[in-house]
Amino acid sequence: MENLAVTEERKASWLTKIGLAEMLKGGVIMDVVNAEQARIAEEAGASAVMALERVPADIRAQGGVARMSDPLLIKEIQDAVSIPVMAKCRIGHLAEAQILEALAVDFIDESEVLTPADDQYHVYKHDFKVPFVCGCRNLGEALRRIGEGAAMIRTKGEAGTGDIVEAVRHLRSVTGEIRRLRETPYEELMTVAKDLGAPFDLVLEVAKTGKLPVPNFSAGGVATPADAALMRLLGAEAVFVGSGIFKSNNPAKRAKAIVEAVTYYQDPHKLAEISMGLGEAMSGISSVTLTEGQRLAGRGW
Amino acid sequence: MGKTIGVLALQGDYFKHAVAAQKVGAQTVEVREKADLGKVDGLIIPGGESGVMSKLLVRDGLLEPLKKFAATGKPIFGTCAGAILLSADIERYEQTSLGLLDIQVKRNGYGRQIESFETTLTVPVLGDNPVWAVFIRAPVITRVGEGVEVMATHKGVPVLVRQGSVMAATFHPELTEDSRVHEYFLAQV
Repeated sequence: MENLAVTEERKASWLTKIGLAEMLKGGVIMDVVNAEQARIAEEAGASAVMALERVPADIRAQGGVARMSDPLLIKEIQDAVSIPVMAKCRIGHLAEAQILEALAVDFIDESEVLTPADDQYHVYKHDFKVPFVCGCRNLGEALRRIGEGAAMIRTKGEAGTGDIVEAVRHLRSVTGEIRRLRETPYEELMTVAKDLGAPFDLVLEVAKTGKLPVPNFSAGGVATPADAALMRLLGAEAVFVGSGIFKSNNPAKRAKAIVEAVTYYQDPHKLAEISMGLGEAMSGISSVTLTEGQRLAGRGW
Repeated sequence: MGKTIGVLALQGDYFKHAVAAQKVGAQTVEVREKADLGKVDGLIIPGGESGVMSKLLVRDGLLEPLKKFAATGKPIFGTCAGAILLSADIERYEQTSLGLLDIQVKRNGYGRQIESFETTLTVPVLGDNPVWAVFIRAPVITRVGEGVEVMATHKGVPVLVRQGSVMAATFHPELTEDSRVHEYFLAQV
């Protein structure tokens, strides 16, 4: 940076990518399928919206191949709100990612919620100007995605279930592995990196700093303000909510309550007040009843 | 005795600001309710989504307490979204702001994320070495009132301004290693 002339500008740098992720901390990113939902989300206090074709609960119910949204819908959502607009591409779908970049979305989610386009490789995300977020179930997966260029990580949970247990499992797995790394002698780190399947330099960095090199958010299964507060208490820096809002019977009210809960997660009295009379939450599916094939979190390599 | 800086912690990168303020010797408190303001000598309003923070300020009854805090003359520093919240006028959007700084801003004035950038700025009050600055979906200051001092510009646009005890930056000094902006703010407290 010292060599940069005063008038020079550097766009799409790593710092600008991580910077946007930093700005989204302490907030709620809401799944929306059209401009009307996007407006409701913004009005409720969403810090960003995620444009997708169908919310995960519908992807589960309807089956079929889930793909990137229609670019027209993404444009309508971008025109409808002033907050950042994210959109999902399929794992490994280079062309969908390039289309999303051409649309100038603010973040691309290379997401297991959509049907993977590649069963071995993810997108090389450093090649893009738009920052990427990717899901993970554990530290190794998080560091592989960061190695490929993800500027934000979200633990996967099990999208479209309204069951928080997988989100908790994945976040505890990441934070627990980081805690263990901090106590690992340096001479053991190469073997740890091999076992995690993670880049050595990133393993070393996490061992030194005790945190992921990019912001760490939580996703998959949040249905109530208490769920959102739980993920914050366990260390998530922000929360993604998918089906939990627009599959409940009063989306605007519930969305607002979840936003408040993410800010006041350390205040149980306030959480009690926030949680009152929200109407029915999404009905949900207990994640233990899912077969292997119904689990979205297993997608990603 | 050390100075205590409050960081408004409704949404955004408040943790980064707390770390930056601690690095230059301040103690920090996260401010989420009225009572927290009583504990602090100065306040930082962080980067984040200005619309979210503005809605939470209204919903959680913090708007008037913040104005009263400002009226005591205790220094306030806003970055990016914080600058928007401090401004008198926001172009195009119906959005509540504190109106503590006589400037007009245009939200996302540089465009979407793809236009976010890093650069260096000349800031005379901070010395000859340029300041490393990162702009993220930043607002553009489109008007400055008479009482407002412009401390730095980028391509002719004000990016660091001050009016009495209130200071605002459209970039993010909390995201870089350069501590001089926080040091300068702390010296005002």
